[in-house]
Amino acid sequence: MTQRRRTGFSRRSFLAGTGAVAAGLTFQPKMSWSAEEPKLSFYNWDTYIGETTLDDFKGASGIEVSMDLFADNDELFAKLKEGNPGYDVIVPTNDYVERMISAEMLLPLDHSKIPNFKNVSKAFRDAAFDPGRQHSMPYMWGTIGIGYRKSKVKGVPDSWKALLDSDQYSGRIALLGDAQAVIGTTLKYLGHSFNSRNPEEIKKAEALLIKQKPHIKVFADDNGQDLLLSGEVDLTMEWNGDILQVMAEDDDLSYVVPKEGGELWQDCLAIPNGAPHPDNAHKFINFILDAEVGAAIADFIQYATPNEAAKKLMPPEYVNNPAVFPSDEIIQRSEPPLYRGEEAIQLYDAAWTRIQAA
Amino acid sequence: MESWRQNRVVFWVLGIPPTLWLALFFVIPLGIVWFISFGEKRGLIDIAITGTLDNYARALQPLYLQIFWKSIWMAGAATLICLVVGYPVAFAIAFAPERWKIWLMLAVILPFWINILIRTYALIAVFRTRGFANFTLEWLWEKGDWVLATAGLGEYHLLGERFVPLNMLYNNYAVSMGIVYAFLPFMILPLYANIEKLDRSYMEASFDLGAGHWRTFTSVVFPLTWHGALSGIIIVFIPALGAFFIPELLGGTDSQLIGNVIERQFKSANDWPFGGALSFLLMYATFGALALRAVLVGRGKALEV
Repeated sequence: MTQRRRTGFSRRSFLAGTGAVAAGLTFQPKMSWSAEEPKLSFYNWDTYIGETTLDDFKGASGIEVSMDLFADNDELFAKLKEGNPGYDVIVPTNDYVERMISAEMLLPLDHSKIPNFKNVSKAFRDAAFDPGRQHSMPYMWGTIGIGYRKSKVKGVPDSWKALLDSDQYSGRIALLGDAQAVIGTTLKYLGHSFNSRNPEEIKKAEALLIKQKPHIKVFADDNGQDLLLSGEVDLTMEWNGDILQVMAEDDDLSYVVPKEGGELWQDCLAIPNGAPHPDNAHKFINFILDAEVGAAIADFIQYATPNEAAKKLMPPEYVNNPAVFPSDEIIQRSEPPLYRGEEAIQLYDAAWTRIQAA
Repeated sequence: MESWRQNRVVFWVLGIPPTLWLALFFVIPLGIVWFISFGEKRGLIDIAITGTLDNYARALQPLYLQIFWKSIWMAGAATLICLVVGYPVAFAIAFAPERWKIWLMLAVILPFWINILIRTYALIAVFRTRGFANFTLEWLWEKGDWVLATAGLGEYHLLGERFVPLNMLYNNYAVSMGIVYAFLPFMILPLYANIEKLDRSYMEASFDLGAGHWRTFTSVVFPLTWHGALSGIIIVFIPALGAFFIPELLGGTDSQLIGNVIERQFKSANDWPFGGALSFLLMYATFGALALRAVLVGRGKALEV
């Protein structure tokens, strides 16, 4: 999966700087084993926390948080795969939560230490990828849809057909550079499951993408929104948060989740195995699920919060923005990315290699 | 003075750190990848080293061979362009007045002070549809059109009805240009070092004996600086062969090189054994190139005698 947060403010550069300190922290031995030292190492996406959240937490609990940044789930997974280098709280996306649970890389959460779980909207209190929410708490959620330039596109491109099965916008289309997102979305367009493991269905999606390739300008790894903003393409498959950021800079841009539905992702807070400060980690997760803290974060990063209590504190421009909160109907048709198993992942990767080599 | 070769203490003190360094950060990690390439995945994380050759068999499928071939071809083309561009530049620097030399060398080395990733992103800003290159072309077009209109030729639209921006990014051409841009200094530096050492009197003799510039270059200069060119070719070609972020950033839908496939195996596809096998095939190709160099240099030496 690709990067979906971008830097923008100097504040964030400062946070990134403090993140570098995290590495030093991790090698310090635990001071005592009765009470934890007031420290916490947080491994997060870029631009993905409130402006003052970490300082506020320090004020409230006395615990000093150092934040390190990762660019994509693969980086997070690869780093923790060989053993936890010292992180206390991480932010994996749902399919990676599932992967990490099955590889026993996450600590079970103690719900009695997270009373603010009650703030979480009912829809997010249980999850197929983490039954009973034993290992993860929802942090933010969102969709993959089409970002487009209104003046260059006829009407609203409310079907994936415009990107995947038509020459109407030939040469002005960017797709994501992510095998599972692109093939999954194509499967969705063809009426199959986003998470299909059926080799024949995957083959069909591959054939359609190869047929469509001459009309696609580029598979954008993490810059579809920049291509859209600079006029390089007029339609791009992207994460909603990325498009929201460029929509703020250019009124001519818009975002829609096509009627076939798409990927519905959920980033989660979790504690990796071997975390040096699990108690502090629970306090931190509970703090983030607080209504006001959650609202401050959502207000700053403009992603959809699963925190019902926080959402109530948010202004109507945010709550009623269809690019943040798509209609229930669209949500019904969308699917969360699931961990498809190692064999299926190889199928997807080989198909992706063939698509790009074609 | 006693040679350091004869002094055991000096020899060990000087010899151990680099040897340890090489073992710790090169031989051991590479060895691990080599072992993994003979392994099988067991679930998400575990890899069992079973001595299987399946990964290599998969890597030798036509699909991947075709990508290997494309990578070799692209890296080769970029190396050739570097050579053709690098020779005259290295020449110009070597023959420039002494006080200019340092500035010219600085101009070649200066880009190294900026991270290659940032420089590649900068290329995007220059060459995209609404980038600086196209802005310049548009400005030239407007001036040209105005001149034509003033000359009374306006209605013929000799320069086209309106300016059409060039598509300079997101294709294989952009990828080879990106590679040339990134690695050109690696070609210029060894060439310069060799040309600098060249005894000018050979060239004067050649001119005195009636040879022209081209003949002097092919018969005198090139044979004498050919080792520099070979070194340049090797240090440009090898990293170009494994390039992955340049095609990722500048390439179009068909610009995937073997570096990209390998990167995916270690990340999203989570298939380290296959990635290891692909990496080692790439490395064997590199060894092949180095062996070829050794043979060519050897033959060159034989000729000189």
